[in-house]
Amino acid sequence: MQNLQTGKRPWSFYALSAFFGLFVIFLYGPMSAIYILSFQGPTGGLTFPMRGWSLHWFDALFSQQRTGDFAGAFTRSMILAGMVLLLTVAISVISGLAFRRRFHGAAFVFYLAVASLIMPGLLVGLGVGLTFQTLGVQTKWFASALGAQLTWTLPFGMLIMFAVFSRFNRAYEEAARDLGASNWQIFLWVVLPILFPGIIAVALFGFTLSYDEFPRTLLTSGAANTLPMEIWGMTTNVTSPALYALGTVTTLVSFIAIALSLGSIAIIQWRRSRRPIEQHPSAKEQQ
Amino acid sequence: MNPGDRRTAERGSIELAGVTKRFGDTAAVRNINLKIPGGRYCCLLGPSGCGKTTILRMIAGHEAPTEGAVLIDGENVVGKLPVERGTAMMFQSYALFPHLSCVDNVAFNLKTRGVGAAERRARARDMLDRVRMKSFADRLPAQLSGGQQQRIALARSLITNPRVLLLDEPLSALDEFLRLQMRGELRNIQAEFGITFIHVTHTQMEAIALADMVVVMDQGQIEQAASAREVYDRPRTSYVAHFMGGQNVLAGTVIARQPGIITMTSGKKTIKVTAPTSGSAPAAVDGEQFEVAVRRDRVRLSRAQSEDAEAGLNAVSGRVSAIEYQGTWLKISVDGAGSEGFVANVPDDEFFADPLAIGDPVIARWDAEQLHYLVARSARAARPETGHSTLVPAG
Repeated sequence: MQNLQTGKRPWSFYALSAFFGLFVIFLYGPMSAIYILSFQGPTGGLTFPMRGWSLHWFDALFSQQRTGDFAGAFTRSMILAGMVLLLTVAISVISGLAFRRRFHGAAFVFYLAVASLIMPGLLVGLGVGLTFQTLGVQTKWFASALGAQLTWTLPFGMLIMFAVFSRFNRAYEEAARDLGASNWQIFLWVVLPILFPGIIAVALFGFTLSYDEFPRTLLTSGAANTLPMEIWGMTTNVTSPALYALGTVTTLVSFIAIALSLGSIAIIQWRRSRRPIEQHPSAKEQQ
Repeated sequence: MNPGDRRTAERGSIELAGVTKRFGDTAAVRNINLKIPGGRYCCLLGPSGCGKTTILRMIAGHEAPTEGAVLIDGENVVGKLPVERGTAMMFQSYALFPHLSCVDNVAFNLKTRGVGAAERRARARDMLDRVRMKSFADRLPAQLSGGQQQRIALARSLITNPRVLLLDEPLSALDEFLRLQMRGELRNIQAEFGITFIHVTHTQMEAIALADMVVVMDQGQIEQAASAREVYDRPRTSYVAHFMGGQNVLAGTVIARQPGIITMTSGKKTIKVTAPTSGSAPAAVDGEQFEVAVRRDRVRLSRAQSEDAEAGLNAVSGRVSAIEYQGTWLKISVDGAGSEGFVANVPDDEFFADPLAIGDPVIARWDAEQLHYLVARSARAARPETGHSTLVPAG
């Protein structure tokens, strides 16, 4: 606190800055190496030095069968993530609405839903897989894997919606009812638009958690691989920079998903708060 | 009310008949009986938690009474939707929809009724014009000041063409300057639209400045429902006298009754006051509580020999304990004058002609006709303090 007078930063500032710097290097260093190496020249290998620069391995990724069914796995993962996204959003919003009332057994249902957060994913996958086997139903990426992934995404989605609803002012609903809106009109015209940024956050979680989900999907996806399992397979048998190209592509998809959702939230917030303060042309002519 | 107001006065009358509202074991309001004539500006006044907002919400249809009936224009509306009642409510924080422009906020009711986009926006702009907010039609609520938001909320409520407009602490979110300005505007809009306004507030001056009728509430019951002047000038109970302010309450135990004079002990003093002449005034009974009130600005102070000097009829002695200069008058607090604090508001010229100092013994006197008899606490229906209601009518 003596630094208020001297203006100097304490030694702890520099120690913590160095620690943070190390953290950033540790986090992004290896990943950057992968991204850089994915642009290896056609004669390059899995390690530095770079032998020229090219998009050769991206091309190989999409064309060569040697690297496995990347396109198929990517398509399956995108479809699965899309389904998980929709179901997570729908169920989270509905349960968010339900949990605003203190219904009988609410606490039990809540803990039941959240418990799957702390359960080992492999065990959940194993359980789902065994159940399907016992029932004589084949495990499929769009059925058993979808269910297994929902045990992972729903608790996140529900917790986010609970937080969003806890800040939602019920006076909006009462005002809408006061103005003659039916329950559906209140939900569609008032509740959903106001909650929209939170719903985007749930969608983002649903999509990204599903997109790179591994342990719960491993034993439930059946014969066809999802992308994370395809990558896992490639790490054991692919010895070319195509593996790195795959890493770069999947990272890009994740970043696009995040950018899209954060971007739309930002646009909504901006529209709500910072519309140009000068008068709208139509308002001017009416005066 | 002049005869021209008769027609509008019939529309939007409200009656609460034996209304009780319980939340679990606690009663928010108990056996309320209240009639509000149509076309009036009525203020529900009381401290927070007194049940005034619950009454408002029951009239609005956002809360159902546990017992009793709510009648609008003679028709029981319990169980009906707000729009079917012909009521509109303005919420404390206005609850303007943050994602809709002002014109779409105002047009919301028309949208629920299936009016086309072009027509409802045109009608909403007309309504915005009536509250002088037309130039803000395309802004979002977050871009408006508190006073502007309030006008949008008013327009949004008024477009439903209500018989009754219910306002929940409409001025509490505004700063002092805007509050005074919007206070006047609310009164003007009420007069212009000629509909019943019911305005919940905890600010005494707001209520008496605005209202034709003031309903003072405490602990879920009505203490007094009367004109603003009557509530301020002739409070029914010591609670109303204290809550409205401007009154000295002298409360004591009756020890003697001579013709025309009641003697009571209050604190360390024996006070003699003129006995009530009208039969409707509370009767004094030996050994029972008796309460009178006299307005602070109707008290005259004169110097005394000691603070325990014999005061005589309609007077009490004491000692000056505080002097506050208020510009045109001075607030003189007198200690030892009865069981409660006693204040005299003295005009500045009168005071400075012979200034008193703190510690001076004084006698405070008032004229017999300034004396006002209160319904004493013991004489009132025993008010349950613990929450279990005995359901005794308050009025």
